[in-house]
Amino acid sequence: MKFTWFHLMPWPHMPDDFRQKHRSVWVDLPSKMYQPELGHIAYHQYLDQLEYAERVGFDGIGVNEHHANAYGLMPSPNIMAATLTRRTSKAALVVLGNSIALYNPPVRVAEEFAMLDVLSGGRLVAGFPVGTSMDTNYAYGTVPALTREKYAEAHDLIRKAWAADEPFAFNGRYTKLRYVNCWPKPVQNPPPIFIPGGGSVETYDFCIDNTYSYSYLSYSGYLRAKLLMDGYWKRVEERKVDPSPYRAGFAQVICVADTDAEAERLYGPHVNYFYNRCLHVYPGFADAPGYRTVKTIQTGALSQFTQAAARDYPNMTWKDLVDGRYIVAGSPETVRQQMEELIKTLRVGNVFCLLHIGNMPDDKVRHSTKLFAEKVMPHLRNLWPDYQNHDDRFWIHPMHEPVPTRVAAE
Amino acid sequence: MKSEFLTLKPSGARIQVVEAGKGRDLLFLHGAGGHLHDDPLIAALATRYRVVAPLLPGYGQSTGEDGLRDMLDVTLHALDVLERLKLHKPIVVGHSMGGMIAAEMAAIAHTEIAKLCLLAPAGLWNDDQPVVDIFSKLPFELPGLLFHDAEKGQRLLTAGRGDMEDPEFLKQFLVMNARRLGMAGKLLFPIPDRGLADRLHRITAKTLIVWGADDALIPAAYGAAFKKAISKSKLVKIAKAGHAVGQERPEAVLKAIRAFF
Repeated sequence: MKFTWFHLMPWPHMPDDFRQKHRSVWVDLPSKMYQPELGHIAYHQYLDQLEYAERVGFDGIGVNEHHANAYGLMPSPNIMAATLTRRTSKAALVVLGNSIALYNPPVRVAEEFAMLDVLSGGRLVAGFPVGTSMDTNYAYGTVPALTREKYAEAHDLIRKAWAADEPFAFNGRYTKLRYVNCWPKPVQNPPPIFIPGGGSVETYDFCIDNTYSYSYLSYSGYLRAKLLMDGYWKRVEERKVDPSPYRAGFAQVICVADTDAEAERLYGPHVNYFYNRCLHVYPGFADAPGYRTVKTIQTGALSQFTQAAARDYPNMTWKDLVDGRYIVAGSPETVRQQMEELIKTLRVGNVFCLLHIGNMPDDKVRHSTKLFAEKVMPHLRNLWPDYQNHDDRFWIHPMHEPVPTRVAAE
Repeated sequence: MKSEFLTLKPSGARIQVVEAGKGRDLLFLHGAGGHLHDDPLIAALATRYRVVAPLLPGYGQSTGEDGLRDMLDVTLHALDVLERLKLHKPIVVGHSMGGMIAAEMAAIAHTEIAKLCLLAPAGLWNDDQPVVDIFSKLPFELPGLLFHDAEKGQRLLTAGRGDMEDPEFLKQFLVMNARRLGMAGKLLFPIPDRGLADRLHRITAKTLIVWGADDALIPAAYGAAFKKAISKSKLVKIAKAGHAVGQERPEAVLKAIRAFF
């Protein structure tokens, strides 16, 4: 098993009446709510937490890209990952990822990911999301019905830019470049690539065809994810490729305390903040018409934010969220049991652990993280004994002798 | 109203064409919402004209939307359809997005289009009076946005529609909506401006511009901008009408068209 400690980096200062006063945490939330001096503190605390996660033994640390929102404050995850290359030395840097349809030209992603891979000595996991509709369409203006085509073209360009040893011309529909010449080149060529997906068959095939790991990012927990992941594994079987669990990953909100009751007391308010403020997306922004393909709509799969809008989070109690397995929370033993069930029922080799939740203060984040690392993770390591905790195709290949970084004080 | 089909070469796109009425030829190009059930404007126009109303790919039973990506694609597509329909000196009428397409056709092929009627056309942008973002609107918001009389609008928009509580119908509805507005987004998202302002001067057609006085989607002030840019044009404002001016006040629009052409 590979455990990635994932940070969304939410804005932790949304007021109590946020839901009543604002229709959406994304797209049209007034930026006067953002206070740069508090943002300075939040960013550094969040980066410290990611570094702490490496220290206590997580395999990876993760960041992602969002725009015009208080849900996740990383318009550029690459900037965050760059700081992490200097202060960590072992963990995979899981950038999940760059919304490649938004970069003009997309060669920028090939270059920046290569920089990160070189800086980190081959520790980059490269994520290529389509991006949420709020980000891609509403905040960044991509025409919804052309988003997928633009994405596919950007993907081809990036892969070619990494693979080529000589400059080449790229005559795409959306990007035309007479000289594509990627300097620097990544240490791992290519880095392992993870694709966040939401249930479309096209994305299953895209992952299978390219040997990419399929990552399902949902906040509804593993019980509701089962149907979708079963669809993925059925497709893997149909396509006659090996069913390595490392072909798939799942994101889970996790809270660990000494006892189940203590977990509710410590983390309840922050979980509430996350589900009722961070996920408060106006339904009109969740899924621009044309963003999802007709085929995907026909499968009945909804985006995580459309799902969130359809759920009655304001009236859900801690017990509802725990019993419904939206969150995995409780004592180390409770969390271990449920994580084991999650990993086995979804057949995932990657778990993206969300241990910072909403407006959780630093001491609680570290407490939960430490308990998970020390009392839960070791018991989950060997759930796929046939694979010895590893599938070479879906994890990083760091350089054997990276240079040690020196701090200015030396 | 009856539907005919034509197939375009080489794309293979199959185009549904609604036809109704007798008289002089009138080509009608619908807006982003497509035709309404028993569309009141088509019905009114059909009392005096032979109305020929092709559906844009992505709408109704018309196919081929994947091959249309931008304004030029759509304009040339519409000109191809017009050519195939073999109409005799038609009045080309377009509503909203259809008005934007009709204006582009008349600007690009100005020797072929001599009579043009634009009903609350999209295509221009003014920072001081932004066009409302239709794509982020929820279904319940549309009647008030598109009609002066929201209750009447609600009835018109939902007429002939299936049961939204039925999951199978809902899925079909979502697919239909994604196809239609997905196509419309190629011309209108995120801002309904594809450079038409630079080309309006090429229009030589005699042009009638009609606007609902209470248009909440594209403010009536845009009517003046179209009038200013098109040389042989007249602007008529219709009281007690919203953006769906032709569907809300079909008789008044018919009267204006008859008086002008």
